[in-house]
Amino acid sequence: MTEHAILALGSIIMAGLTMAIGALGAAFGESRIGAAGMDALARQPDESGSITRSQFVALAMVESTAIFCLVIALVLLFANPFVSGG
Amino acid sequence: MKPEIFTDRVLVWLGALPITETMLTSLATSLLLVLTMGLLARAVVRHPSGQLAAAGRLTFGFLQRLVTETVGRTSPGLEVFVGSLFLFISGAAVLGQLPVIAAPTGNLGAASALAGLVFLAVPVVGIRARGPVGYLKHYFSPNPLLFPLHVISELSRTLALALRLFGNMMSGHLIVALIVALTGFIVPVPLMALDLLIGLLQAYIFSILASVYIGAAIQVGEGEAKEARS
Repeated sequence: MTEHAILALGSIIMAGLTMAIGALGAAFGESRIGAAGMDALARQPDESGSITRSQFVALAMVESTAIFCLVIALVLLFANPFVSGG
Repeated sequence: MKPEIFTDRVLVWLGALPITETMLTSLATSLLLVLTMGLLARAVVRHPSGQLAAAGRLTFGFLQRLVTETVGRTSPGLEVFVGSLFLFISGAAVLGQLPVIAAPTGNLGAASALAGLVFLAVPVVGIRARGPVGYLKHYFSPNPLLFPLHVISELSRTLALALRLFGNMMSGHLIVALIVALTGFIVPVPLMALDLLIGLLQAYIFSILASVYIGAAIQVGEGEAKEARS
């Protein structure tokens, strides 16, 4: 294999791994936020407005790590500085 | 096939100035928003009991409640700023559902510009709330050693704000494009609905985070002012 092919292969494998592991962590965190939000809603239904709001903010915070992984995976695939013309 | 993710398609060159797709779509979003909101504002003044006036009052009431509940008090300037951010991002998400048009916030430059506005608004509001010395003092509290961490946190949250908006809007568009290329016309409809939902949610989250960041700059001043008084 040429050096270019090795770099391209590594980039593709790493892009897949980046998305897989990144989505795994974010999914785990989001499930815990969802469970905690449901618990809080069951205990205090009157506070549903503020609970839902802070839950969405927390979800966005956790989800952004997965989005960073997505951006990095897309950089590896489409804007890779080490693979010429990649 | 090489999708345009980090680049922007140049439509026309005006001399040395490129007119890109994002510039055009964001201008269209702004113009549509100004027209719609001008119509609603006129309706509120002229026909206070009509449907358009009700829509205008509901929109404004929603944005006002969002900022007031996050910051903890009424602040008219912040309501206008955060409300404009919300309306622009949600308007861009709705406009991005039209065929051919990509949401302008799905471009890294446009998303970074919005996050940069929030980044610049924090010191402006903080200095107005408690003066330049008082604002700079919060960088050195509780210990001067933490100064680099304060700076890093301001920069990294701006980066996160920009990348979150960009990643969400761009990935939704990319997924719809992939499904269209693979299957056909009817299949991507549920994904487009999900894309629209995510776009509106991102507008909500962006405006809440902006008001949290700017509200923190105001409330730092209030907390220490209270301590000084008591």
